[in-house]
Amino acid sequence: MTDKDERAGYLVTEKLVKRFDEAMAVDDVSLSVMRGEIFALLGSSGCGKSTLLRMLAGFEKPTSGRILLGGEDVAGLQPYARPINMMFQSYALFPHLDIWENVAFGLKRESLPKADVQQRVGEMLDLVQLGPYAKRKPHQLSGGQQQRVALARSLAKRPKLLLLDEPLGALDKKLREQTQFELVNIIEKVGVTCVMVTHDQEEAMTMAGRIAVMSKGRVLQVGTPEEVYEHPANRFVADFIGNVNMFEGRLSVDEIDHCAAITGIGEIQVGHGVSGTLNMPLAIAVRPEKIEISKERPAADRNVFMGTVKEIAYFGSYNTYIVVASDGSRVRITEANTTRQDLSNITWEDAVYFWWNDRAGIVLRD
Amino acid sequence: MIFKNPMAPSTFPMPGRRFVIAVPYVWLLLFFFLPFLILLYISFVDMGNDIHPFKPIWDSQTGLLKLKYENYGSIFRSSDGGSLFQTLYIEAYLRSLWYALCTALLCLAVGYPFAYFIARSAPSVRPALLMMVMLPFWTSFLLRVYAWKGILADQGVLNQALMFFGVTLEPIQMLYTDVSMLLGMTYVYLPFMVLPLYANLVKMDFRLLEAAHDLGASPFKAFWLVTVPLSRAGIIAGFMLVFIPAVGEFVIPSLLGGPENIMIGRVVWDEMFTSNNWPRATALAVVMIALIVIPLAVYYYHAGEAADAKR
Repeated sequence: MTDKDERAGYLVTEKLVKRFDEAMAVDDVSLSVMRGEIFALLGSSGCGKSTLLRMLAGFEKPTSGRILLGGEDVAGLQPYARPINMMFQSYALFPHLDIWENVAFGLKRESLPKADVQQRVGEMLDLVQLGPYAKRKPHQLSGGQQQRVALARSLAKRPKLLLLDEPLGALDKKLREQTQFELVNIIEKVGVTCVMVTHDQEEAMTMAGRIAVMSKGRVLQVGTPEEVYEHPANRFVADFIGNVNMFEGRLSVDEIDHCAAITGIGEIQVGHGVSGTLNMPLAIAVRPEKIEISKERPAADRNVFMGTVKEIAYFGSYNTYIVVASDGSRVRITEANTTRQDLSNITWEDAVYFWWNDRAGIVLRD
Repeated sequence: MIFKNPMAPSTFPMPGRRFVIAVPYVWLLLFFFLPFLILLYISFVDMGNDIHPFKPIWDSQTGLLKLKYENYGSIFRSSDGGSLFQTLYIEAYLRSLWYALCTALLCLAVGYPFAYFIARSAPSVRPALLMMVMLPFWTSFLLRVYAWKGILADQGVLNQALMFFGVTLEPIQMLYTDVSMLLGMTYVYLPFMVLPLYANLVKMDFRLLEAAHDLGASPFKAFWLVTVPLSRAGIIAGFMLVFIPAVGEFVIPSLLGGPENIMIGRVVWDEMFTSNNWPRATALAVVMIALIVIPLAVYYYHAGEAADAKR
């Protein structure tokens, strides 16, 4: 395979469209997923991510567009003829079959020799550490164990593509974190290419190598977790991934190495250039954790603003302050609780300064 | 927050609850168990030449029970000294069981697609479809069976149509055959199969079928390996609801069935009202109940054990 093919991707969707009556569920989605990659489709419910996944699995027929897997167009294949397996959100384990039979279900459809099925099921159950549970029924297992059975079942046929539909959605928060890493370890051990769907950005960011942020059937940005967080392509992505303060304004300074915008709270300096014309509308996004807060005037001379503390929320590892700025806009600021004494001593209705480094702001034009 | 287990016994005295639970028991006692005891009693009476069946079953002098087992014995061995089980009664029992089995299987074959279709249709149209299944109940049962007579008779609608289109020159004998009887029984009992099957299938998670497809099962395989095993409880319930009344069915065989294929319901009728042999008739009925109840009890005992094992 040449370098160019590598970049062209192992799983490719070309101008994929799915229309339900008049509603566009998936609107012109072209994605390229590399071999062995864990790729996340991230979006809120109704954004089309599940429909996209179901088209990959074959449960929905695309209205138009192509799905290429290893160069082969699979869009016309029935789900049972595709070398693609899916781990369902509710796991969809067969309640009338024991764990062994659940994992063997797909293999038995391939008319493999009995010994091979036996061996492969054994391997899979070992992989997810459920060997001793082979004779149990699904309802006798915990949620986390059921999830591992579902994973073993979807990996048993050695699919070319593994689909995960909200893989951790049915687990409680504590278990979710631990399972995330287990899941990634197993998928990487097997080396299968994987597309997952989630509405949970944390889940997407910890598990996936790259994320496609979706809204209203369209892909808004594709990138690594760091890219979509630190360099969101537009207002929606900035707002959807993590928390953000958005200052709407107009471009006032446009130099090669820096720019500035006049916004409601004052002039905001940004430490990089932007291609555009003076006075054009834009937004400056600043993450709450990149803003500092203090009652004393800081040494910094740029991006320093004043406001009044309206709300304080204690989250254990960090505090969140809502500060109302001079123009009435609410600014969210988080500070890590690195010491046990609260040195800042900030309380409600305090007049405070808040400021940020000029590299913290992100210029958003869309 | 404190949630109360709704199943936990309430600390407040609730006399109403006991009363509600008692109602079905009283009903069963009055209208099932008591009549059954009367049946059982009569089945041991020695009528002699009397025409009155309610005679004491104990010796008037000693007060000891004096049961006439011959009422039962003659079911299994004919009085002229034939071998065991070679009686008309046993034949009628076997025939009844056989026809009931055929009816239940036919209802299953016809009813399963019905139930499946309704369960998979949009929730908004399901009530209408279910209504259509139950609609025949709005007409008298007898009327519906007579209607079949009109359709299947030699000069009936079906034969006339066949002759009109030249399929046959002479009317085909359809009425008073096994076919007409099974047709009538299947038609009448079909809702009893469709309803429990529907109730079961509608609860099924159809994502399981998607999972089966995803793992390489063709639609037929997925149906056979997932849908059918998961609807087992519905199949059994429907089967029982059809099979049990079909064994004792009296009206349909006498209206649509052939004269030579006497079923046990007919035999009981004849013993009761033609021979006026109430003890024999009741003994036949008791044996019939035993034939159905004993296998059922064994089944439910094992099903209950399996359900307990699941927990």
